[in-house]
Amino acid sequence: MRTLTVRAGRTLDYINKKKYLYLLLLPCVVYFAVFNYMPMYGVLIAFKDFNFAKGILHSPWIGFENFRYMFGLSDFYQVFWNSLTLGLMQLVFGFPFPIILALFLNEMRSLAYQRVTQTVIYLPHFISWVIIGGIMVNFLSPSWGVVNLFLGKLGIEPIFFLAETEYFRPLVVLSSMWKEAGWGSIIYLAAIAGINSEQYEAASIDGASRMRKIWHVTLPGIKSTIIVLLILRLGQIMNNGFEQIFVLQNPMNLEVSEVFETYAYHVGIIGGRFSFGTTVGLFTSVIGLIFLLLANRVAKWMKEDGIW
Amino acid sequence: MNVRSPADRIFDIANYAVLTLFSLACLFPFFYVAAFSVTPYSEYLANPLKLIPSRLEFGAYQQIFDMPVIWSGYRNTILITVIGVAINITLLLMSAYPLSKTDLKGRNVILMLITFTMFFNGGLIPNFYLVKSLHLYNTLWSMILPGALTAYNLILMKNFVGAIPRDLEESAFMDGANELKVLWRIIIPLSKPAIATFVIFHAVTQWNTFFSAILYTSKRDLWPLMLILRDLVVEDGGIARDVMDSAANVSTFTVKMAVIIAATLPIIVVYPFLQRFFMKGLLVGSIKG
Repeated sequence: MRTLTVRAGRTLDYINKKKYLYLLLLPCVVYFAVFNYMPMYGVLIAFKDFNFAKGILHSPWIGFENFRYMFGLSDFYQVFWNSLTLGLMQLVFGFPFPIILALFLNEMRSLAYQRVTQTVIYLPHFISWVIIGGIMVNFLSPSWGVVNLFLGKLGIEPIFFLAETEYFRPLVVLSSMWKEAGWGSIIYLAAIAGINSEQYEAASIDGASRMRKIWHVTLPGIKSTIIVLLILRLGQIMNNGFEQIFVLQNPMNLEVSEVFETYAYHVGIIGGRFSFGTTVGLFTSVIGLIFLLLANRVAKWMKEDGIW
Repeated sequence: MNVRSPADRIFDIANYAVLTLFSLACLFPFFYVAAFSVTPYSEYLANPLKLIPSRLEFGAYQQIFDMPVIWSGYRNTILITVIGVAINITLLLMSAYPLSKTDLKGRNVILMLITFTMFFNGGLIPNFYLVKSLHLYNTLWSMILPGALTAYNLILMKNFVGAIPRDLEESAFMDGANELKVLWRIIIPLSKPAIATFVIFHAVTQWNTFFSAILYTSKRDLWPLMLILRDLVVEDGGIARDVMDSAANVSTFTVKMAVIIAATLPIIVVYPFLQRFFMKGLLVGSIKG
């Protein structure tokens, strides 16, 4: 009992000594509790027959009813397939592109030219998807878009790119590569800058060509960065990017464009089915977390650094 | 030693050519939109690849700036940008300093809980419900508060503050200063480059606000610029019909091009000044949370 009071007294002394630091930290703790942990508590909605008037606590439990319903829906499998295919395509094409870009940017001899190139290719990252989507819709329009006007001059019938299902995924992947690859290359360039220059000198003495140096020095030098970013990316495999999909989506391409994020919005917010919308969201979050943990485990197993 | 082999030369030429092409591809759409926002529509239809108009027409700009909805969009966007950045930077600085103290008790637990939010979140509906229950729905705050502080940026800022040499602080403590004074007099002035970076990042994020506006507002007078843009340019919604119905003899296409430029211009104008703030080191420190 006495030791307990002594310990409590010491803790109070410590807090008093550091009171300004704890005071400074208070808004941050409150912020994360309210804006991040409250919504995590909110996932309980998925297990309840949620009613706004009753709130989360007083709505009746329904257990896994929503999940059972979801797994019985054919729509669900369509959406799952769309999210997964698009996620994999974004991974296969979108992930290596910034790495390649960084490798070749690093090979530019003129530093001034390199800087200008970097400035230009970072630009699209700062422009909203609404603007990019607006440009795409208008460039690709069958009636007034430049692409079709040009095809028309070649005698090709207009193509309604955003309505034909086979063009949707390539358009999404290409536009996000165009928008984000430049910005994505920063982190790899920084990693390349950290490679010991002696390794390049040794390779030069051995008579290695530029391509060989890229392959045998630069690439191994940034391997751990690539792995960390790949793990993080795998955790996002089911997140296709709401804003991009949303602006490019229309009733005619819905069959391929409806992904988990837009589906949760449509059933939850537009349809007002809060419990089911939460279920869809929770399912995606859990899949993402599983992918992240698995990827990290595989990295560790291959004797690489994981993310923790 | 510095003699370049033919293979080297070919490599260089190909490298410069490909990277230059990609740079041009990054700029071209904006240039194109700008060109056709001041070109008569008939010239566009005659030759959509003619980038230099025979005469400049600013009628489309006049028309969009005559629309009250554009001004309310600008007002909302500027408000959520300015207030959002102020809140974001204040929270970042207040939180990063104590979190950079490795010996502070409880710090590791808090940091872990913050990092966890990067990998798991409640999802769309629980966030929507939170905004509703805090009575932020249909207020500008719904576009300011959620996302005002993110784990990723906080960890970056914490790493930056943690790299400031300790002895600077120690001497201030010797002189009897407390932590608040040290934060104000030493940490904040030394963090200016990081602060500038986050001001820019968050300002751009806020300027581009779209997702939270779609989710958390239902009134047109609360719409930020990006929602108005979507209605006009992507959806051909109510605002686009107003444009078509108006008697002005500017084509809807030209108005769309003009409104894209009007909404993008602030970013393009400040963009060249951003470059010097992109701190590679700041980004790299973050990879390992």
